[in-house]
Amino acid sequence: MTQKTKVAEKVQMLDIYVMGKHYQVPEGLTIQAALEYCGYNLIRAVGCRSGFCGACATVYCFKNDPQLRYALACQKAIEQDMYLTQIPFFPVAQALYGVEDLRPEEGENRLVGLYPDILTCFGCNNCTKSCPQDLEVMEFMSAAIRGDYEKVYEKSFDCLMCGLCAARCPQGLRPYVMAIAARRLRGAYLAPTSQHNLDRVKEIEEGKFDDEIGKLKEMPGDELRELYAKREIEPAL
Amino acid sequence: MPYPASMEESKRKMEETRAKRLEKGLASRVSAEEREVLVNKFHPDFIKEQFRELRVGPNKGSRTPLEIADLLEGNSRIDPDKIDLAGIDYDVDVLVIGCGGAGGSAALLAEENGASVLISSKLRLGDANTIGAQAGTQACDRANDSPAIHYLDVMGGGHYVNVPELVEALVTDSPDVIRWLESLGVNWDKEPDNSYHELSGGGASRRRMHSCRDYTGLEEMRVVRDEIRQRNMHGRKIDWLEFEPAIELIMDDQGQVAGAILMNLETRRMRIVRAKAVVTATGGLGRTHIQGFPTTNHYGATADGLVLAYRVGCPIVHMDTMQYHPTGAAFPPQILGFLVTEKVRTLGAELVNCDGEQFIHPLEARDTEASAEIRECKERGKGVTTPTGEVGVWLDSPMIEIRRGEGTIRRELPAMVRQFGRFNIDITKEPMLVYPTLHYQNGGIVIKADASTPVPGLFAAGECEGGVHGRNRLIGNSTLDLFVFGRRAGRAAAKWAKEVELGKLTLEHIRKWQREIKEAGLEEMPVSPMLLPNYANQERPVPGFQPLGQISPYTPFGDRAIRWI
Repeated sequence: MTQKTKVAEKVQMLDIYVMGKHYQVPEGLTIQAALEYCGYNLIRAVGCRSGFCGACATVYCFKNDPQLRYALACQKAIEQDMYLTQIPFFPVAQALYGVEDLRPEEGENRLVGLYPDILTCFGCNNCTKSCPQDLEVMEFMSAAIRGDYEKVYEKSFDCLMCGLCAARCPQGLRPYVMAIAARRLRGAYLAPTSQHNLDRVKEIEEGKFDDEIGKLKEMPGDELRELYAKREIEPAL
Repeated sequence: MPYPASMEESKRKMEETRAKRLEKGLASRVSAEEREVLVNKFHPDFIKEQFRELRVGPNKGSRTPLEIADLLEGNSRIDPDKIDLAGIDYDVDVLVIGCGGAGGSAALLAEENGASVLISSKLRLGDANTIGAQAGTQACDRANDSPAIHYLDVMGGGHYVNVPELVEALVTDSPDVIRWLESLGVNWDKEPDNSYHELSGGGASRRRMHSCRDYTGLEEMRVVRDEIRQRNMHGRKIDWLEFEPAIELIMDDQGQVAGAILMNLETRRMRIVRAKAVVTATGGLGRTHIQGFPTTNHYGATADGLVLAYRVGCPIVHMDTMQYHPTGAAFPPQILGFLVTEKVRTLGAELVNCDGEQFIHPLEARDTEASAEIRECKERGKGVTTPTGEVGVWLDSPMIEIRRGEGTIRRELPAMVRQFGRFNIDITKEPMLVYPTLHYQNGGIVIKADASTPVPGLFAAGECEGGVHGRNRLIGNSTLDLFVFGRRAGRAAAKWAKEVELGKLTLEHIRKWQREIKEAGLEEMPVSPMLLPNYANQERPVPGFQPLGQISPYTPFGDRAIRWI
């Protein structure tokens, strides 16, 4: 269990700059691990460490290249001469709605209703460029303006809600919070009803399976094991 | 070429046997006897020297992993003599500690049932293991399925030690959980005939895994989180504090749980919350790196809820059993231990050794799959070694496209495609190298079917509770557990809060605890709850520096070329 923290000799060290300070770190670390290697014990801007939560969204550039780049710090390996930081928090104002207010009405664009400022999008595409998931953010913004809920759902589905798109929008738009309203609208009202599920919920409420489960709960271990071993398994493929 | 030359030969062998393996079909299933032998011999739960008996507390004498025993027997972070409980900062009906799927749904249901709710979240609202759950949520809602069939799968998967009442709750609530989440706006995958798109999974005898691409937990969590925010904005009585975990529970002089002490992680100031009921929904413990395993878990998964509950006298169950997910990434090193969803095997990918042989049916229960991989690598020497010294087996993902048609992977597994793509591995054409990774705590706080614990006023939901899954949880039952017991805990806590009369607040239980560990000679144990792992490189600290988290033996860069993150 005790591991020495010595650096293997053959590993190459890279120069990076963490909030302006120079450090040398071994090649191969992610941005997040590199910060820890430099001695930072992270509290903010760290979450699932697997690319799902968006907590570690980060903006970086290179020493001699002013172009800003975007990534998740837990998913991006460091490169020579990176200028690094992480974004601990970014303020956002959300529209007020209840899921019941999202029910779409014919001839009315609910998304423009909630977020009228989306009409001021002038297509600079900064949102798309800043997305660490490589989503086509501007496309789903256009779809929202058109009231195409399905397309907003489709194009924004892999959004981690990290907020970089809002941070970079010159118009102060907040694509990621608009998109969750669109997706909830779609999930709650536009997705087709799966009747078999509702039927089963009703059957359970009516107690249809109570006896059967009751029997299983009382069943001696040996019988349960036998039943399990003999159970029919639906083909997986 | 994404894989280094040293791994190429084995990869080529695996590709050469693919046609033959497709023709032959999946390996035969292991029998119950074979499973017991395999698991007992190779599963990490059975390595004796990695466990010890607890020396204090309600589970004195219970076999517990070393890392967790250290935390459970730890010193409190507070000195009760220096805390004035009269200065109450929040006075609420229900305090929910933790805000993943379980805490989030508990908070919503408590609020709906008339309680005022405060959520204490260690990281941001919703930064939890829930968000990384990929494969799906089990629910027995198809015509050929039933709660009884689901029940049997859960019991068998758990080696029959599960608590029957909890399993009953799990399976009978399952279809309604799917319905409830959809009513809040979760977008489940559907078939052209409008039924749910449902896949099979390890240990499941029916196709009952409901998914949202391979971002199921993310979709569930962001909808629940949005609902909490919206209710708050509407002035309803639900609020939260981020980066303010609970560091100790408060009791009253009647022996009831009556609130908690929170600590702001940045300022290290404390806040006192009086609550008529407390729900612990603190999730798992992967960041304790049991037995040195890498983990799929989020940064805050440090078993805090277990420690809090244990100190108010609440027993825990099945703490000697952990789930090692069979497919954690073993390459590239930047994502070591990272979860490769079981959905990959559900869709038709096989596990293959360095000689291109399939060595286990890909849809056995997780303990069985993990044990088979360990056997393959450790006993039979048929693992593939990476340049950084990790060992793993191939997960032959390109088979999915052959079995289910081109485009399946991109449609069903966009997260996996994206994440391996970031390291130049195209999983539609290349396999992944995998090895077991610490994934889930099977056991936890003892609860009844309404999520109440043996300690009055304390409720528990989600991964931190135990008994639901026995000694091995099945795929898709964790996200189900969150919402089943989260909702039950929220309802029960709100009801309890209406009825209870709180007495005088006290920290006497902490004094008693400190006396107990002193008597047992355990004063040198670390402080707990752990709160966060400390991965910071410890070179040259200022003398006397007290780090917030426990210094982890796992640095991002250890004696092997690259350590897990």
